Amino acid sequence: MTDTLTPVLSAQWGAEKSWTLDAYTATGGYEALGTALKLTPAEVTDMVKDSGLRGRGGAGFPTGMKWSFVPKDNPNPTYLVVNADESEPGTCKDMPLMLASPHTLLEGMIIASYAINCHTAFVYIRGEVLHVIRRMQQAVKDAYAAGHLGTNIKGSGYDLDIIVHAGAGAYICGEETALLDSLEGRRGQPRLRPPFPAVAGLYASPTVINNVESIASVPSIVRNGSSWFGSMGTEKSKGMTIYSLSGHVNRPGQFEAPLGITLRQLLDLSGGVRAGHQLKFWTPGGSSTPILTGDHLDVPLDYEGMAGVGSMLGTKALQVFDETTSVVRTTLRWIEFYKHESCGKCTPCREGNWWLVQLLKKFEAGQALDGDVDKLLDICDDIGGKSFCALADGAVACVTSAVRHFRTEFEAGYKTPAWELFPYGASALFPVSEKAGAHA
Amino acid sequence: MSGHEFRSHFPESGEVDMTDTTTSIDEATMAELRELAGRYPQARSALLPMLHLVQSVDGRISPAGIEACADVLGISTAQVSGVATFYTMYRRRPGGKHHVGVCTTALCAVMGGDTLLEKVSAKLGIEPDETTADGTFSLERIECNAACDFAPVMMVNWEFMDNMTPAKAERLIDDLAAGKEVASTRGATITSWREAERVLAGFPDGRADEGPSAGEASLLGKSIADANGWAAPKPEDAK
Repeated sequence: MTDTLTPVLSAQWGAEKSWTLDAYTATGGYEALGTALKLTPAEVTDMVKDSGLRGRGGAGFPTGMKWSFVPKDNPNPTYLVVNADESEPGTCKDMPLMLASPHTLLEGMIIASYAINCHTAFVYIRGEVLHVIRRMQQAVKDAYAAGHLGTNIKGSGYDLDIIVHAGAGAYICGEETALLDSLEGRRGQPRLRPPFPAVAGLYASPTVINNVESIASVPSIVRNGSSWFGSMGTEKSKGMTIYSLSGHVNRPGQFEAPLGITLRQLLDLSGGVRAGHQLKFWTPGGSSTPILTGDHLDVPLDYEGMAGVGSMLGTKALQVFDETTSVVRTTLRWIEFYKHESCGKCTPCREGNWWLVQLLKKFEAGQALDGDVDKLLDICDDIGGKSFCALADGAVACVTSAVRHFRTEFEAGYKTPAWELFPYGASALFPVSEKAGAHA
Repeated sequence: MSGHEFRSHFPESGEVDMTDTTTSIDEATMAELRELAGRYPQARSALLPMLHLVQSVDGRISPAGIEACADVLGISTAQVSGVATFYTMYRRRPGGKHHVGVCTTALCAVMGGDTLLEKVSAKLGIEPDETTADGTFSLERIECNAACDFAPVMMVNWEFMDNMTPAKAERLIDDLAAGKEVASTRGATITSWREAERVLAGFPDGRADEGPSAGEASLLGKSIADANGWAAPKPEDAK
């Protein structure tokens, strides 16, 4: 039986100057790299496959399998791109990881690059996180100086360069093909698949794109073995992962636990929903994962558990809202986000989210018309599954799930403004005007 | 003319201001732009960093900056403008010395972000997307900045300002206006938006060692694990 919390990636975040190369190597950092370089690339890939590691950025695709899709006979160079564009509302795990322990990610990148025979790797970090970018830049510089990067790494004959690349403000660039276009110096708009990036990604060359946490998990697997990793978690959702608890809880924060912990357990650990209040709704993995309620407190937070209740594990961004919160207001604000972040390429997403905002504003103001809930769902039906990428589906999911669980609250928006049903001041952490931010 | 004014669904999507042709781009800047282009397997990949550098020099995406990028990369100015107008971090008008962001995406908004934005806006006397007359501050209503466990969140020159309250926001603005030293809660001493842009372009400022390793919320799970004696299994136990 594993412990309730199992800090691995986050184990050294609180150490003195944890972000430095010295601090990282003092606790065994870069030993896994030495181990990996003595194996063949195929052996490293098999190790990650055997561990059961699945993508931690939302989709949950098996990481080792992704690596093995890279064609061996393609004449073009192979690239590794780490997706550090963390922008999904609620998601806040990769930034603290890179801030406190950038070398964990770097070591993972070097091992992964070796496994897929890549000699130039990128970490694409959203631009709005200056200090995270500083720490990654410094870590790369120090890793070169220490011989962990560059030519003939540790005498192995293996060469690798890593480029730290800052984005410029676009949620859509977290979508892997949009990220590739952005990294090629273009507008970040998704590509139609196939071809998949493994075959034709960056510069139309074979490319592996992985989330920060997925790659950062690799050194621990190489160091401790696949069976060690698989000894944590559940049958199909193996290993430890970082859960981010935010919102109306007594103590928000990051919790690294085996996959399959429940929200009830995490709430118990963190002192629960804020005093005098009860849970109303929550997201398991960011705003794009359908919301859940108090009925789902005991569902395992793993890939299968969340799929089983019609949601997704996503990024494990647990945003908790208590009974003071208007679900209409919250949904509107999320849809305003998707409207703002739609890249504009696909008409259903670009126009549909714009229409959803118009309609949801009427719900918030108590001015929706009889039957507008069905119109809302109708528009969702015109958006979901009808665009290139998952942004549209994510937007739709937050509306349809909100209506599924709280239809009467939407219907109340035919007559009563949301701020009358749920005075906004009650949700805030400090005194606010009762209609603060309302779109009246 | 039909008499109908064309109104975009996306009013924030304006063009680059081509009427203001002032620039500070000199030969040294050009050399740095070329250096950035040389860092990538294909030069055009450097366009986003190059535009960050243009902003750090000119305080915005200037017509001269667009031409400079186009020249260095051998692409058209239209291609550069197309990229510059896609991303929200590129400014088409000059901003303030300090660029203040207030998160009003759902979770921050609900927890007080809307009120923070109102108060900051009132204190500065500007609306979001505007700049104070003295050029000290510009204000932006930002989307989720990946710090939700520190909500409500503000950013100054893209440095974290965690767990904000109206009183803290007021003091922050006062201190920045007075030129006092202000430290990010999980970052370095606040410099300026332009200096931040230079780092984003890929020219480090040597401040990586400033600030803490993590915030309290980042360490919560680890501290609870320590208090309970919890840890990941030992490799030998898992065999």
